[in-house]
Amino acid sequence: MFENLTEKLEGIFSKLRKRGRLDEENIAAALKEIRMALLEADVNFKVVRDFIEDIRARAVGHEVLDSITPGQQVVKIVYERLAELLGGKSSHLKLSQRFPAPLMLIGLQGCGKTTTAVKLARLLVGQGHRVFLVSSDVYRPAAIEQLRILGEKVEGTGIYSSGDIADPVGICIRAMEEARSGGYDVLIIDTAGRLHIDDRMMDELKRIKGAVNPAEILLVADAMTGQDAVNVAGRFNDLLGIDGVIMTKMDGDARGGAALSLKAVIGKPIKYIGVGEKLDALEVCHPERMASRILGMGDVLTLVEKAQVAVDEKRARELEKKIRKSEFTLEDFRDQLTQIRSMGSLQDIMGMIPGIGKVKALKNISPDEKELVKVVAIIDSMTKKERRNFQIIDGQRRKRIAKGSGTTVQDVNVLLKNYAEMRKIMKKMTTKDGMKMLRRGKLPF
Amino acid sequence: MSNAAENRGFFERLKAGLARTRSSFVKNIDDILFGERVIDQQLFDELEETLITADVGPTFTYDLIEKMKEQVRRRELGEPELLKKVLRDTIADIFGKYDTPLVIPQNGLFTIMVVGVNGTGKTTTIGKLAHLLKNNGMSVMLVAADTFRAAAIEQLEIWSDRVGVPLFKQKIGADPSAVVFDAIHAARSGRANVVIIDTAGRLHTKVNLMEELKKMKRIMAREVPGAPHEILLILDATTGQNAIVQAKMFRDEVGVTGIILTKLDGTAKGGVIIGIASELRIPIRYVGIGERLDDLRRFESEEFVNALFASDT
Repeated sequence: MFENLTEKLEGIFSKLRKRGRLDEENIAAALKEIRMALLEADVNFKVVRDFIEDIRARAVGHEVLDSITPGQQVVKIVYERLAELLGGKSSHLKLSQRFPAPLMLIGLQGCGKTTTAVKLARLLVGQGHRVFLVSSDVYRPAAIEQLRILGEKVEGTGIYSSGDIADPVGICIRAMEEARSGGYDVLIIDTAGRLHIDDRMMDELKRIKGAVNPAEILLVADAMTGQDAVNVAGRFNDLLGIDGVIMTKMDGDARGGAALSLKAVIGKPIKYIGVGEKLDALEVCHPERMASRILGMGDVLTLVEKAQVAVDEKRARELEKKIRKSEFTLEDFRDQLTQIRSMGSLQDIMGMIPGIGKVKALKNISPDEKELVKVVAIIDSMTKKERRNFQIIDGQRRKRIAKGSGTTVQDVNVLLKNYAEMRKIMKKMTTKDGMKMLRRGKLPF
Repeated sequence: MSNAAENRGFFERLKAGLARTRSSFVKNIDDILFGERVIDQQLFDELEETLITADVGPTFTYDLIEKMKEQVRRRELGEPELLKKVLRDTIADIFGKYDTPLVIPQNGLFTIMVVGVNGTGKTTTIGKLAHLLKNNGMSVMLVAADTFRAAAIEQLEIWSDRVGVPLFKQKIGADPSAVVFDAIHAARSGRANVVIIDTAGRLHTKVNLMEELKKMKRIMAREVPGAPHEILLILDATTGQNAIVQAKMFRDEVGVTGIILTKLDGTAKGGVIIGIASELRIPIRYVGIGERLDDLRRFESEEFVNALFASDT
């Protein structure tokens, strides 16, 4: 739909000479496109209206810099302003001095509170906290059970077992006592999902708040939420006072305009984002990335950062040397695949490369994780000699390797062919032209 | 809240849930289109805001408004009242083609697979659907093929107890296709003639998980000719424009044959369903309007549209 906002703006400004000045007239069409992009991304109607007026005021009279086109210039203004609005206050949790510091998770049904509660516990345990978990959801069938099962997977957390208390407020008070006597410094309360207009249920939250005096109340919100996000967040905030937001299901392809709407309406930071079903899939929110996502520009920064963490730099340098000398062996190939896997699923990574996640043709060839396991098994079944020099792998050897790895000779053939091609690509990439192409966002293959 | 007399039966059935959607939407439309107003840009602007705020989506909204403007220019439309009629007719037209109800034949084993992204209300909806079908005299069995999410099996088990229908389950972590295979054999041996399969929530972008659904489908087709007979996609009315992408991906990948729109008892208008009906041509079978066992209602397009645009005065 609007994956190519920049392209569209380029078209609009094609008539404007490169060193023009942005004025009321030549910017009108561009603003219309931006408006559509934001609405398509589910940013709230009123928020979009204010935002567009703000951009108009900022852009008019702006001189187009020498180095970029007017289209790029406008995108830059929009992007920077968006990031600015999404950012602001620090996203750190303020855990009070009290023991334990209660954190309350609230939100609609199905937004992902329970999973988020456990992810947050895992994250805090990683920072050296002792976390106690409690579910006050006595309504949804098996909700308490769900938290217990997930929570038990995180070492170092305690889980409240409900016993015979049926009242959510009573459960929370009891959990506070247990957490205190157990020496836990954080208590995470997973409340039942509820509609913001359900007075009885909202009143229950107020009573829990009154009973435990939470250090922070965090609204858990689904990144796919539409225009209604402002009504929901506004109401929760009015009645309870929210300290921050956790956006879930960010691993999907929703543009997440709700993030901007929430920020605009309640003015509280988005502290974390949920990016997968695994318990470590909770990340700190980066406003710049959120901004480019809403605009559909691809999440370049996250990719860069993930790659940096996963690939040991020294090894990378060695690898580069090897590639230059065409010594990229099957062992290196395997190492590289393992490294890619530790960065997250290939699909996640591909989605972060601008352009790629959006190319339809690539969706179907999205690499299968199972395929990777197979490849690693095949390489593992080779002798050292074979791994270092693939050219000696003849028919006999291929048969043996297939047998050893539980695959077929065809699988081995395909792998060797891919490897040979990869070597070629790698060589190309390290030439000057290859690097240039990469920088332009084009992959040489 | 006073209702137009001819709509009373409808409101009684849709209860407060849908009525809330109706009243806020209708109030808006009526505020805009009622009274002594002239058709001007401001009126179109207000109309646009109402539609977009209801999650109808910018593209569809602009097409609709352009169409109206064109008719005004050609003098086919003169009064705001007529605009309302065009709006109503256009939307009714879209839904009209896709409000075919779910029909379950008397004989043979009928299999229903329930799919959707995480948190849309699959398990709850299955409980309600089982209740509805059971009340229609069918013998229903639930199948816990969400072997991934913690306590998903337990959750479905509680629903099966509440409704009073048998549950087929295996251990957490079991291969969902194997669960479905065994469940079909159990059903065939006389335990039920309608089987409702609960699958794990999955984002439509996860290729491997979509493949898993396809595999379940293949296994079913091998065991029972024509199975799965119905693949129901559960959509959350709170979802914005991404619902269209979800519906499209699930349709293309696993072949959705019907939609259930849940959580219409909140303040979200679920307008995105209009775009889905017009673009994807998937029948909308039911709407979920509350947390109670009988809060699943057949989707009836005409009444739905009437409810959206009925006079509230």
